[in-house]
Amino acid sequence: MNNVSMPDILLFLVLPYLAMATFVIGHIWRYRYDKFGWVSRSSEIYEKRWLELGAPLFHYGALMVIAGHMLGIIIPESFTEALGISEAQYTLVAQVGGVTGLVICLSGMVILLLRRVLNGRVKRATTRIDVAAMSMLWLMVILGTLTTVGYNVLGPGYNYRPSVAVWWRSIMLFQPDVSALNGVPEIYRIHITVAWLFLAMYPFTRFVHSWSAPATYLTRPYVVYRHREPSPPHTPGVGKRWRTIGRD
Amino acid sequence: MRVRAQFMMVMALDKCIGCHTCSTTCKQAWTNRTGTDYVWFNNVETKPGIGYPKHYEDQNRWNGGWTLNRRGRLKLKSGGRIKKLMRIFANPDLPTIDDYYEPWSYDYASLTNAPKSDRAPVATAHSRLTGEEIDLQWGPNWEDDLGGAHERYLEDPNMRGLEEQITLDYENVFLMYLPRICEHCMNPSCVASCPSGAMYKREEDGIVLVDQNKCRGWRFCVSGCPYKKVYFNHVTSKAEKCTFCYARVEDGEPTVCSETCVGRIRYIGIVLYDLDAVTEVAATTDEQDLIEAHRDLFLDPHDPEVIAAAEVSSVPHDWIEAAGRSPVYALAKDLGVAFPLHPEYRTLPMVWYVPPLSPVVDAMSVGGYDAERPEDVFAAIEHMRIPVDYLANLLTAGDAKPVETALRRLTAMRAFKREEQLTGAGNESLAADVGLRPDQLEHLFRLLALAPYDERYVIPTSHREETGARQSEHCSIDFPGGPDLAATFGLEESNMVMPEADTSRDEDGRVRLNVREAPPR
Repeated sequence: MNNVSMPDILLFLVLPYLAMATFVIGHIWRYRYDKFGWVSRSSEIYEKRWLELGAPLFHYGALMVIAGHMLGIIIPESFTEALGISEAQYTLVAQVGGVTGLVICLSGMVILLLRRVLNGRVKRATTRIDVAAMSMLWLMVILGTLTTVGYNVLGPGYNYRPSVAVWWRSIMLFQPDVSALNGVPEIYRIHITVAWLFLAMYPFTRFVHSWSAPATYLTRPYVVYRHREPSPPHTPGVGKRWRTIGRD
Repeated sequence: MRVRAQFMMVMALDKCIGCHTCSTTCKQAWTNRTGTDYVWFNNVETKPGIGYPKHYEDQNRWNGGWTLNRRGRLKLKSGGRIKKLMRIFANPDLPTIDDYYEPWSYDYASLTNAPKSDRAPVATAHSRLTGEEIDLQWGPNWEDDLGGAHERYLEDPNMRGLEEQITLDYENVFLMYLPRICEHCMNPSCVASCPSGAMYKREEDGIVLVDQNKCRGWRFCVSGCPYKKVYFNHVTSKAEKCTFCYARVEDGEPTVCSETCVGRIRYIGIVLYDLDAVTEVAATTDEQDLIEAHRDLFLDPHDPEVIAAAEVSSVPHDWIEAAGRSPVYALAKDLGVAFPLHPEYRTLPMVWYVPPLSPVVDAMSVGGYDAERPEDVFAAIEHMRIPVDYLANLLTAGDAKPVETALRRLTAMRAFKREEQLTGAGNESLAADVGLRPDQLEHLFRLLALAPYDERYVIPTSHREETGARQSEHCSIDFPGGPDLAATFGLEESNMVMPEADTSRDEDGRVRLNVREAPPR
């Protein structure tokens, strides 16, 4: 822990673990106390034309961006080098893929935001937690855009793999090495900090529906039969304080 | 053979006076909440009309229900599993609130708070979605009693092939009421469409329900149902649907809509059917053969072999007995006067309708015929294509013959009873002419005209003693080497046999049903 400033320890050691703890415990707690509110909260029934355009753009774009982040920070630089992929080649692929995903995702977000603001029905159905979640998402994505497009593609460029990726893996393996972040540009640091805050917020927002991606639909029988429950069925929406999540 | 019991409803449309009591009592019981404000588990449509939601019967537009693929196997009309998941972010087949109607209320306060004025105060309509004032263009029962029909008459999909005659004959237009609830289908496409597996069919009684804790709001059930009887609660973001008032039915009480029906048009009972045959029946090649195949699926509850097989399949004894007295079995199969709504959707719906004679009779009196003379009515059924073909498009996939037969039977029943009351004896040849025995005509009369409460509703109570509370259920005798029930009844172990691959698999080769053997007793 030499050469590490106090703010860095707070932002890149304490905050990540607090955020991760909130993320994990928050999900368990939400699932137990607000299982009934664990839904997509679709507004397609209010407005369809713009949603049909914006929602797939946003979701598929976001999946591409998430996949890009995973590749960038999970796979060590030494691994791609061992495969004979040079730094320049990697950067090119990452930038082309990243910018493509970003453009798709952002265009979807713009459409969905305009729709939410301009359509009275959708606007009225927007809750405070939705506003908070969307603000955080927008902030994170704008900062990410500045990082990728502003700093990497158009700006001086920065190889985050020997620094940010090493630090992220060290956090995940519970052997934190904050000094790996020394010299990382400010824009990266801000993006990372906002991302942790976003993750800490995640379990309490509508984003939880991402964990319910219905993969079992591919293998289960079409027609589901059930016997009568051996015990009285669980009452939906128990837990007084939490039933209002996303629905007040 | 795996015998299962299933609740079924029959509605005798001649008796429906279009009073909407069923709809309003259902609404009061189930959907008078924010989020379900636009939802009517039970609604009564005036036909011809485009219905609720608008044009719901046009499956070229909504892609509900099933269809056959090139190899003759069932597939969801909206596409297979992968296609569905790819479109999960925006369901192209989902209706919007405008297809139902934008729910509204009135600012009643303005009536009492209005300042003194020469003019009467007015309560304006305000959307319950946006709170803003709205100009009402559509609403529940907008088409009631053919309201606005002159504009949309021909948009009714059941009018196909009849457009020309209708234009010529508009002055003599007919109307009928069509009360609709969830069909509690034997081959439910909503259940098959649910990505989460939250929708299910109850094995004991066939009622189709949504598990509110499992529903994640993917909305494919709403679009998958060709009758559009699964609704999206826009506040909870979950699917809700008619529950067949299971809480009442389990206690032997009829559903709210049936109990409150002024015209006593509804009949509830159970039918026994063979679970293993469902897929094959739903995949019947010619859609006009579907009704006959569906009827054949209902097992004769008086047949000793059926009774024995039902016992082996753990159908409770009192349920088998109730199946023997089932008014719906009588109307649908024995008397052959009831038909499912749009069998061509291949969901094997379990709410059937006795077609109304009144449009024919109305049209006859316009033509100056005597509706009391059976010969005149028979001639009218044959010659007046509009009501008959319309009913056929609605109830029999366009095949006019079964509808004609049913209408003849209704006519014969009326004439037979009329003659009996006037002369003391009915003309038995009337029965033979329509392919029934005199006692069957009598039964038809008793069910339709007298309609005693306990003959309209033959509802066996559910067996809650089988819900795991008893020690014996945790220590079953049904174990390898235990007493062999199948051998006791002299049957093969039919309930243990997996159905043949052909009938139990979908177009993608997957097993269709998740039922493998009889439930534990």
